[in-house]
Amino acid sequence: MKILAVDTSNHPMSVALVEDEQLLATTTLNMVRNHSIYLMPAISKLFELVQWQPTDIDRVVVAQGPGSYTGVRIAVTTAKVLADTEKIDLVGVSSLAVLARNVVPTSSAIIVPFFDARRGNVFAGAYQWENGELVNKIEDQHLGIDVLLNQLAKLDQQVVLVGHMTDKIQAKYDQLPANVTLLPRSYSIPSTYQLALAGKMKEPVKEIDPFVPHYLRITEAEANWQKLHPGEKRKNYVREV
Amino acid sequence: MTERTLTLAFESSCDETSVAVIENGTKILSNIVATQIDSHQRFGGVVPEVASRHHIEQITKCTNEALEQADVGYDDLDAVAVTYGPGLVGSLLIGVTAAKTIAWAHNLPLIPVNHMAGHIYAARYVGEFKYPQMALLVSGGHTELVYMPSEHEYQIIGETRDDAAGEAYDKIGRVLGVNYPAGKTIDEWAAKGKDTFNFPRAMEKEDNYDFSFSGLKSAFINTVHNADQRGEKLDKYDLAASFQQSVIDVLAEKTMRALDDYPVKQLILAGGVAANHGLRARLDHDMKKFHPDVPMLQAPLKLCGDNAAMIGAAGYVNYKHGDRAGLDLNAVPGLMFDRIQNK
Repeated sequence: MKILAVDTSNHPMSVALVEDEQLLATTTLNMVRNHSIYLMPAISKLFELVQWQPTDIDRVVVAQGPGSYTGVRIAVTTAKVLADTEKIDLVGVSSLAVLARNVVPTSSAIIVPFFDARRGNVFAGAYQWENGELVNKIEDQHLGIDVLLNQLAKLDQQVVLVGHMTDKIQAKYDQLPANVTLLPRSYSIPSTYQLALAGKMKEPVKEIDPFVPHYLRITEAEANWQKLHPGEKRKNYVREV
Repeated sequence: MTERTLTLAFESSCDETSVAVIENGTKILSNIVATQIDSHQRFGGVVPEVASRHHIEQITKCTNEALEQADVGYDDLDAVAVTYGPGLVGSLLIGVTAAKTIAWAHNLPLIPVNHMAGHIYAARYVGEFKYPQMALLVSGGHTELVYMPSEHEYQIIGETRDDAAGEAYDKIGRVLGVNYPAGKTIDEWAAKGKDTFNFPRAMEKEDNYDFSFSGLKSAFINTVHNADQRGEKLDKYDLAASFQQSVIDVLAEKTMRALDDYPVKQLILAGGVAANHGLRARLDHDMKKFHPDVPMLQAPLKLCGDNAAMIGAAGYVNYKHGDRAGLDLNAVPGLMFDRIQNK
């Protein structure tokens, strides 16, 4: 199985071409956040290097969020349009699960990947390796770093945090609970090789059209509107004219 | 059978996701437009993040419908055209990313299109373009006079210094309790009223082709608020008629003056506000009176709003002229035509 894996959900942008279990080529950029400029040229270049045609791939695997809204939409749009136009499989994997996979499968710790979600908030989830499978223990969610650390402190287990601990997040708490360790920053770069392997195991989506990022947050405008219009049922807001 | 050039065109600059298939830049084989108006009406205007989220929901569906309706496959296509600006960056990026992906996947040339050139080319579906020509572009985001000395050359000779005309309609619409987009309702009300308030005609007599609508908007709002404070209820039809008359007077006068100074073979009227009946009628009248030898091409009503058919028509011209974008094409939210010194 030939797989293209893409992740633009946060600061790093990464692309990998994987055949069966083998990584053939990968590129990661971790500079200015301008995934729109660099993603397609990176994909095109890697295909050229491994001498694949766009029609050769069987599956596109994409990091589906959470993350930067605009960022995650670049990879998801690329992935869904490519899968649709080439009539191939499309698989979405949590962007947090991709980070969790940076921790070795022999670890028994609870793995908590996180991304900065601004204002002292993070996107985070909890994962654990069980017999070589990464299992989601607590759903990906949007919450305050202080709330997250309070919850983790109550666990009777070793916890490892995986992510880029920015000064702004750090300013929101005094110290990490005794059972929680922050992994070095080198673990916070997502690997699209890992993404491809995770996506290889998953069922592809049945319908491509409704495939959208996992934002984990409704927009502020919609949240305010819902407060003013409680109980109003969501209808389809887009129509063809 | 003669050779035909087929363009797949994308437009997602604001709150419409649109995909079209265009033959030789002049024939619409399909033009799918998914509008988000019902969504943004909840907020009284377009919310960029909500718009981007809707675009990504719609993009593959619209693409497939456009191809199906045109009864063509990817192998039949010759080029992919896409709006890369001006517009909302998050919205633009969905169309740009989709177009780049399809261009790469099917080894097709990628044609970058300026959204404003697209609006002008909506009129191409009415008749052939003859140069030099002038275009009056009026929409929710732009109000400008564009001089085109020849095909593929666009020069701004006048533009709004503050609000766009369509923006002014939406803002005074809010004061009258008309939800965005207010243009159509205000136009209908205006037809039932009279210009009794005589609002200012900003920059009407100034020796340039620029516009300003924020003073008019403020005068309108003050008039309504002052009446409210006195407990007086003003006639909404007369208010609408007075506002619209002021907008139309300025647009028509400046356009006539531009045509005096720039002899052209054609006047194009395009953009969302070009659907305004009052504006269309006034320009018809003024052109017959002042420039009877210059024919006017008005964009068809259903192509005045944002759509990919107009992008396909403009894209075809870019294609002929050799415009090509690389896979590094990015959205340019502030994209503009060049501005030239006035005569």
